[in-house]
Amino acid sequence: MSAHADSHSGSHHGPPIAHKSSRVDASVLGMFLFIASEAMLFGAFFTAYFMVRVVNPEAPDWPLEPFHLPVFIAGVNTAVLVTSSFTMHWALQSIKRGNRTGLKAGLLLTFFMGLAFLITQMLEYARIGFNPADGVFGTIFYGLTGLHGAHVFVGLTLLGIATVRAFRGHYTPEHHHGVELPGIYWHFVDVMWIVVYATIYLI
Amino acid sequence: MAKNPFRSEADAYRFLLLTIGYFALIVAAATLNTWVGLVVFVALSAVVLWRWLGSRTVEAPLRTSVPRPHDEAERHILVIANETVGGEELLAMLRHRSDGVREQVLVVVPALNSVVRHWASDEDGARAAAQGRLEASLARLASAGVVADGKVGDGDPLQAMEDALRTFGADEIVISTHPEGRSNWLERNVVGAARERFDVPITHVVVDLESA
Repeated sequence: MSAHADSHSGSHHGPPIAHKSSRVDASVLGMFLFIASEAMLFGAFFTAYFMVRVVNPEAPDWPLEPFHLPVFIAGVNTAVLVTSSFTMHWALQSIKRGNRTGLKAGLLLTFFMGLAFLITQMLEYARIGFNPADGVFGTIFYGLTGLHGAHVFVGLTLLGIATVRAFRGHYTPEHHHGVELPGIYWHFVDVMWIVVYATIYLI
Repeated sequence: MAKNPFRSEADAYRFLLLTIGYFALIVAAATLNTWVGLVVFVALSAVVLWRWLGSRTVEAPLRTSVPRPHDEAERHILVIANETVGGEELLAMLRHRSDGVREQVLVVVPALNSVVRHWASDEDGARAAAQGRLEASLARLASAGVVADGKVGDGDPLQAMEDALRTFGADEIVISTHPEGRSNWLERNVVGAARERFDVPITHVVVDLESA
């Protein structure tokens, strides 16, 4: 007639050790915190943008004179960025199937399309005809697109590292975390651009 | 729990495609008329919300097969209870089950925690409290003549059962709860979910500590 708790023996002090499943996985928690912080960051800019737009009595003629947005060029740039997500996905699918050529080609294409997007955006800034000091619209436009551009830059850095590693022979069908994570980030950057482009340029 | 859209590259890619479709429809509608665009935005957002909420409940649990690597003459009983071990109903049931066989009883007490503490991985307090409840439960069982081992389990009672089954190999699970109306587990349908999830006979025992 005995009874004992098996985690209450020996010299162990304090509460019993947690089972692994008791805890939120650190990578899951990290990703949730990252998404939450990014949502709040972009959300703050979008809130300011919509506030300016909604409270402005001349809102139907948006954007107000003398601002003019290069919708077509930005549309082409959007197509380039979206295509870069397709090539990113192709790169990852390739390494999962053991196709190293596809991995390298996919990463290289993704990198150069991302670079093309960033350069085009800088050229757009140079020719757009207003600057961040030209009223609240200019400030928010540069704030939102600049914030996104900063994310593209971070994404390009991650992609650059992944590309160099791919050409050095890293990654296998079983181990390709170094491609998977930049891929997730790159798709996130694309998602944010779709939101920015649709709300600022199109709607 | 809802699925994280950025859990893997494939999930993120799918989320991107859905985002493109979502905004393409809204922009196309807004081009026709601003109010049409607003209606499409509201409708699509409602669909997305509905699908997201649905994904929290539709995900079917895996039906876990339980290994039973013990002698035929033995009967392994897994008791899962938060604070209701020791009620006369449960003790009588355990005595009845052990008639004519060698019984092994494992009591698992889930380390119930608040959501905030769970997400912060701060569960030392919850596990210490569960340890205290477990020791009290084992003492009551011992005084009633029931041989039992004990463990502190996961805060989710279903996960605690699954963890225990993988090492204990139970012939039966006994879930002990408060009566209807006072039991959080019954409100969450823990017993029904366990019956769906585990390939083991499950007995639900109601222990009314207030009337004891």
